[in-house]
Amino acid sequence: MKDVKCECGHVNPHGTVLCEACGKILDEQETNKQLLDMRYEGSARRSQTYNKTMIDKVWNFFSSVKVGVWLIVITLIASIIGTILPQKMYIDLPPEVYYEQEYGTFGKLYYQLGFDNLYGSWWYLLLIALIGVSLVICSLDRVIPLYKALKAQRVTRHEGFLKRQRVFGVTQNADKSDLAILKQHLVQKHYHVREENGNLLAEKGRFSRWGPYVNHVGLIIVLFGGMLRFVPGMYVNENLWIREGETALVPETGEQFYLHNNQFILQHYDKNKNKKFEKALAKAGNVVKNYQSNVVLYKRTGEKIPGEKPKLEKVKEYKVRVNHPLTFEGYSVYQSSFRSEMNAMRFALTNKKTNQSYGELKINLREPKEKYDLGNGYSVEILNYFPDFEFGKDGEPTTKSRVPNNPAFVFRMYSPEKPKGETSFVAIRQTIEPFGNNTYKMAFRGIETKNVSGFVVRKDSSLWLVILGGILFMIGVVQGAYWNHRRIWVQNKNGEIWIAAHTNKNWYGLKRELEKVLEETNINMPEDQLQREETDKEGV
Amino acid sequence: MVTISSNLLFAAFILYLVATVFYGGSIKAKKDPNETKKTNKWGSIAVFLTIIGFISQLGYFITRWIAAGHAPVSNMFEFTTFFGMALVGAFIVIYFIYRSTLLGLFTMPIAILVIAYASMFTRDVTPLIPALQSYWLSIHVTTAAIGEAILAISFAAGLIYLVKAIDQTKSNKRTFWLEIVMFALVVVLGFVVVSTAFSAIGYQEKFTWVDKHGNEANLEYTMPALTGPHEGKLLTSDGFKPLVEMPALINAKKLNTVIWSFLAGFVLYGAIRLILRKRIAAALKPMVKNIKLDFVDEISYRSVLIGFPVFTLGALIFAMIWAQEAWSRFWGWDPKEVWALITWLFYAAFLHLRLSKGWHGEKSAWLAVIGFVIIMFNLVAVNLVIAGLHSYAGS
Amino acid sequence: MKKRRLIIRTVILTILVAAVAYTLYANFMQDHKQKVAVGDQAPDFVLTDMQGTKHRLSDYKGQGVFLNFWGTWCPPCKKEMPYINNQYHQFKDQGVQVLAVDIQESELAVNQFAAHYKLDFPIMIDTNKEVMTTYGVDQLPATFLIDKSGKVVKYHTGEMTENDVREFMEKIKP
Repeated sequence: MKDVKCECGHVNPHGTVLCEACGKILDEQETNKQLLDMRYEGSARRSQTYNKTMIDKVWNFFSSVKVGVWLIVITLIASIIGTILPQKMYIDLPPEVYYEQEYGTFGKLYYQLGFDNLYGSWWYLLLIALIGVSLVICSLDRVIPLYKALKAQRVTRHEGFLKRQRVFGVTQNADKSDLAILKQHLVQKHYHVREENGNLLAEKGRFSRWGPYVNHVGLIIVLFGGMLRFVPGMYVNENLWIREGETALVPETGEQFYLHNNQFILQHYDKNKNKKFEKALAKAGNVVKNYQSNVVLYKRTGEKIPGEKPKLEKVKEYKVRVNHPLTFEGYSVYQSSFRSEMNAMRFALTNKKTNQSYGELKINLREPKEKYDLGNGYSVEILNYFPDFEFGKDGEPTTKSRVPNNPAFVFRMYSPEKPKGETSFVAIRQTIEPFGNNTYKMAFRGIETKNVSGFVVRKDSSLWLVILGGILFMIGVVQGAYWNHRRIWVQNKNGEIWIAAHTNKNWYGLKRELEKVLEETNINMPEDQLQREETDKEGV
Repeated sequence: MVTISSNLLFAAFILYLVATVFYGGSIKAKKDPNETKKTNKWGSIAVFLTIIGFISQLGYFITRWIAAGHAPVSNMFEFTTFFGMALVGAFIVIYFIYRSTLLGLFTMPIAILVIAYASMFTRDVTPLIPALQSYWLSIHVTTAAIGEAILAISFAAGLIYLVKAIDQTKSNKRTFWLEIVMFALVVVLGFVVVSTAFSAIGYQEKFTWVDKHGNEANLEYTMPALTGPHEGKLLTSDGFKPLVEMPALINAKKLNTVIWSFLAGFVLYGAIRLILRKRIAAALKPMVKNIKLDFVDEISYRSVLIGFPVFTLGALIFAMIWAQEAWSRFWGWDPKEVWALITWLFYAAFLHLRLSKGWHGEKSAWLAVIGFVIIMFNLVAVNLVIAGLHSYAGS
Repeated sequence: MKKRRLIIRTVILTILVAAVAYTLYANFMQDHKQKVAVGDQAPDFVLTDMQGTKHRLSDYKGQGVFLNFWGTWCPPCKKEMPYINNQYHQFKDQGVQVLAVDIQESELAVNQFAAHYKLDFPIMIDTNKEVMTTYGVDQLPATFLIDKSGKVVKYHTGEMTENDVREFMEKIKP
């Protein structure tokens, strides 16, 4: 485990393939090759040199790009599986019922394997996390040696290094003036040219080598931001239903904010007003144009304990629409859905024979009164109220929930003829007279409905981290993809001019640039040794 | 306005077709095989026609935008057409970097197929549902499509590589799979042909059927029903009686279209094989003899390098910004989102594999093909089969 | 040099493993999160009962509070309410108070229910679910047992037998 001293005098870390300074081949195996593997400049990747302790072994495992690619591929396949059937969050039935009912045996199996919540499963999360680990270790393990190697490089390079570059050429009869022109051209092409004993090293775009590491940092930040969501208080995601005309507490705001829903508006496209959509609308029928809730945001003033009526101060009025959420103090309120609820029912106390009405009553389904006095000795009492009526197991009427989905009543109707009252059970499209034939009935007169707006309340305190990570990723990926690191070595060897060139990608561009640079000189265009090799193989 | 717009699209389509012929000519007419820098006359005309066609299609896009009042990328027809246009645009850019007319010969037919495929969907100007009413519609969808189009160029280059590199004298796994790719392209053509043919004669037949919840519904076929719907009753008197009845779980109408496309594909493919008397890939081989393998390999790799950041920006970052605004969360595991992630992961893996020598060349070309398959799956299957928030209204 | 590298690697790996472990743990705990857990101070609230009397939780310091969330429509509630009433009679003189919070129902329904089962402990309606939200209740019935110092001793969801009710009240007897 000793450092290696090259003949040029530079001391390289153990495991280095090419001398950081002059490029001499330090690894015996590499000398047999026609072309050098220039990945990471032949620097010593730390992970490959030490393999002693458990920590080193784990480190080395994650340091491998191969492992990274495998993790990506496994995640990719897992992700595909998750799209075969809808995920749990997109279905509106209990999953144990839904999958079998909709997709048969396959659906049942899918559910039993836990694929109904694949992206929230511990193992999918673990896969993403392992990719994160791989990102950190792979990057650290490469960027430091690469940085050191690029910093240590000298202008004058070893013969073996130059010969084994992919683009390489020798010119016998070139003189000083050619070199001067060449140097001038290189500077014009924005190369950073260094000179040493009449040898040149022209380099540009080195920063593009950092692109991958910058984008990896961006990704790690995004993953970290995702992780922070699990920290209590960092992430709020709540549903909020508010009936028209009512005020509700915005959840998770520390009982600070209240929202009043003035009106919910649903608009459709009108065939006659939107002529250009006429054909499409004729085929599709109703197409929704707008979902909107007109709301007022209030802030509580002073102290308050739950259950107490708060003192409120108006903050602002807003029209919450899809794509236009209401935002305040880090919270966003989105228009997400709506429903229409029965709000009131109207009945008329009617004589069954004469069909004459003795007064109408409107029953507020959320707050029905006990007794409705219709005057002249007529009145109606509600003996029982079932907002969500059904017959129970014992045959007795009962209610499924508190929501007035299917209201039913047991009325007691009082009239001058029947001062003791008559009992009648009234549900939608159903009347039962439990104690025989009545004289009066409750004639159904109508239903009033009320819209309920469905909102989603969000707060995502780690959003800025995700944004920052995204920006960094884009910078890194553009830096790495749209620029390339080109180097041209021009050296005097025994009166000959040797030219070698290297780029991390876009060899075509490098060669075209070399042609331009070598114009007006007697120096030969160097050859692409890889192409020669391949033409040899193909025998064309 | 809509009429002008569709005329411009038609003009572009014809121009692309003619350009393809000229690209073919430019390969044949080339004298010096190693001279890639100068394009010959045929090639210049081909590129000129391509650019004129592109401008014409740009005209379609702008006029339709004005007519509809929103960016025409809001339904299957509009999006796929735009993807075709982006493909041509991406080719023009790559052409001016690498000056290869051969790439045009492979890219233009793909773009033409894409546009033809798009025209099989309803071409009405459709209104936008509330979630789509945002300027992010134009930003997100166009950027994503451009990214995918650039990535698709790597498929064209990869195809050239495979046609050249694979020895056609003996049949093996490689020749088989390459031929499958060719056949898949022919099936798309088959779909276009049958759809056009049946809509030209105005074919229609109506069914009532029972869906998986036991509800009776009406269904209209535009092609003779080979696979009938569950408990379907044919209402049209002279309609075609279904050969097989499908269970309620399977969408019989879509399956029927797929079967018809494959039938037409088989007929077309058979005809081509009869004429050529060899595999399509083998017949294409002489066309690619003058191109160097590592040159197309580089085009393929470069397209991925150029396309990847654009794709990331459009299909992930812009998508996330818009999703945050419209659906309150930047990421929700909607199938389309997941498929964008899958595409992204795939190309990320591709770029990492390119780091090692063993994955250059042919392996890399196969990866480019798989990448294109993923993009197409995302475009076609995810929109039409796996319905999610992104599904284009069942058209 | 070598030692330093090992230390650096160990530190980085430890941080990464800790981050991954925390995420997995938090993801797992997400479904089991209880807003007001056993051992917490019970959040204060004020509600008015059907007779018009205001009840503030903190006024009952020094007594045990049997806080029950219920609805007239929920079948287990119907079963356990009479039990609670019976035990209330046993324990009310021993310093146990029952507060029954109905969730968002009409006065009519609650009054009729109370009359039907002859309940005489304080019943109050949480009109806008504020108290329910504060306590993080999502399924009815739910019962919090609060001791004399105002701490939550037990949280119970689902039906209770009369024995359960007795045991629970015994538990919070001051």
